[in-house]
Amino acid sequence: MSLNLVTMLYLVASVCFIQALKGLSHPTTSIRGNIYGMAGMAIAMVTTGVLIARLISDAGTGATLLLTGLVVGGGIGTVMAQRVAMTRMPELVAFMHSMIGLAAVFIAIAAVAEPHAFAIAPRSMPIPTGNRLELMLGALIGAITFSGSVIAFGKLSGKYKFRLFSGSPVQFPGQHLVNLALALGAVSLGAVFLTNESWPAFFGVVAIAFVLGVLIIIPIGGADMPVVVSMLNSYSGFAAAGIGFSLNNPMLIIAGSLVGSSGAILSYIMCRAMNRSFISVILGGFGGEAITASSDAGQRAVRSGSADDAAFILGNAETVILVPGYGLAVARAQHAVKELAAKLAERGVTVKYAIHPVAGRMPGHMNVLLAEAEVPYDQVFEMDEVNGEFGQTDVVVVLGANDVVNPAAHTPGSAIYGMPILEASRARTVIVNKRSMAAGYAGLDNELFYMDKTMMVFGDAKKTVEEMVKALDQV
Amino acid sequence: MDVASHTVTNLIIFVLALYVGYHVVWNVTPALHTPLMAVTNAISAIVIVGAMLAAALTDTTLGRVMGTAAVALAAVNVFGGFLVTRRMLEMFRKKERRTSPAATADSGS
Repeated sequence: MSLNLVTMLYLVASVCFIQALKGLSHPTTSIRGNIYGMAGMAIAMVTTGVLIARLISDAGTGATLLLTGLVVGGGIGTVMAQRVAMTRMPELVAFMHSMIGLAAVFIAIAAVAEPHAFAIAPRSMPIPTGNRLELMLGALIGAITFSGSVIAFGKLSGKYKFRLFSGSPVQFPGQHLVNLALALGAVSLGAVFLTNESWPAFFGVVAIAFVLGVLIIIPIGGADMPVVVSMLNSYSGFAAAGIGFSLNNPMLIIAGSLVGSSGAILSYIMCRAMNRSFISVILGGFGGEAITASSDAGQRAVRSGSADDAAFILGNAETVILVPGYGLAVARAQHAVKELAAKLAERGVTVKYAIHPVAGRMPGHMNVLLAEAEVPYDQVFEMDEVNGEFGQTDVVVVLGANDVVNPAAHTPGSAIYGMPILEASRARTVIVNKRSMAAGYAGLDNELFYMDKTMMVFGDAKKTVEEMVKALDQV
Repeated sequence: MDVASHTVTNLIIFVLALYVGYHVVWNVTPALHTPLMAVTNAISAIVIVGAMLAAALTDTTLGRVMGTAAVALAAVNVFGGFLVTRRMLEMFRKKERRTSPAATADSGS
């Protein structure tokens, strides 16, 4: 197989990857898109396999090693993909980012050790300076992606006692100075590697990058995790592109930059939805201040009611919008909510779901959780699509959401001023289910809860919604 | 005239691909942002191509160990990424079948 043919097949694979992303513009085309993606990957891997078979000197060992890696990794990946719970998707994605990062580091090390294997330089000749720079950048981004993703994984899972894995930000005096010093250290060691290709300098850069990855993520609070996961997604793409540059492989560059821009766009969307600048999230500003809850919360009078009262109001409504938040997913109440919606639909009530971009732990998380509960996607609406309808809605049911419906976002001077919210307060009646009056992530009191038209139903989301379903039969 | 260096050609490809990515990703419906992230994980596992070269074509122990490990790590994403994306997308599809029970009954008989 000529190298030209190999490159053409790589081009086909690249086009397949673009098709895979394009398919995601609508649920009906998405599965075909995913098949394109798999086909592209298969083409790329088989082509590379054939290329290797032609170049290989020691076929037995090389093929055995390659297949062993493939079977072990593929097996683990397959099992994880089948077993993972949908609520755990953010952790899985963070874990997968770390895999890419570490793989990029390993490839870069192998390339520095034996550049001839990748046709970077003839045997026992030094690596050209351009490739040295690219290899170093690939390894640097890869290492930051790896250690950053490991920390993000720990923070998302919330199961580990280890302090760096806790949701609350880790901050210390002079943090930014330490980061700056490390970055400068990496740059100077990098310069050494560029001039004399020395191993210690290369490993020094990689080690510093591992530490930097940790230091960048630990000051970011649990509430900002959707941004972090998107950002690391972007990094993992750029790590792949960096490897593509050093190996002179356009397919890696194309695939890597597709992923890189995807992650960057998702980070932007998440930042906009949470009303904070990308810079302040990265520098760990907002997450830290967020803990200062207003002290008068819980002392003002709210109108509270039982699930039966809520069912009565719902039974007499004509239009209902459900606003699910992450609290709903934590309580595993998605199926109960779907049952409630079905019951209401049977009675001729129009039911819609309104999803805020940060309703879950990662972009689009809530949509997947609802899809898992078999909620039809044509009932599920994004914030921009549904916000105009709240004014004409009889009842809005807020389930385990808080900041995303807080009208304080319209009050100049509020900490969340300017944040795009679901305009639940415009509806005729609002039913809010929460476990307690505790403040949301932003630590702010929510005016919505004190309005005359609002009825609070306290209790576990799943139990409360199930009670509403039962009570609806008697209305 | 000199031929443009590899790095410059690669840079052109990089910038154009970023541009394509920007436009394609803005068209992704927000409901599918989680599957998008899973599938981009699988796509960035394209580094497996580099890992395969490292595992098979190197002769030193260091090169081989690094290459094999990188193949395994990237393979986790190749398989895990595409399969979990598929699993999620199937969830979005189920409802369409439900709305056309006649079609399902036909295929069953």
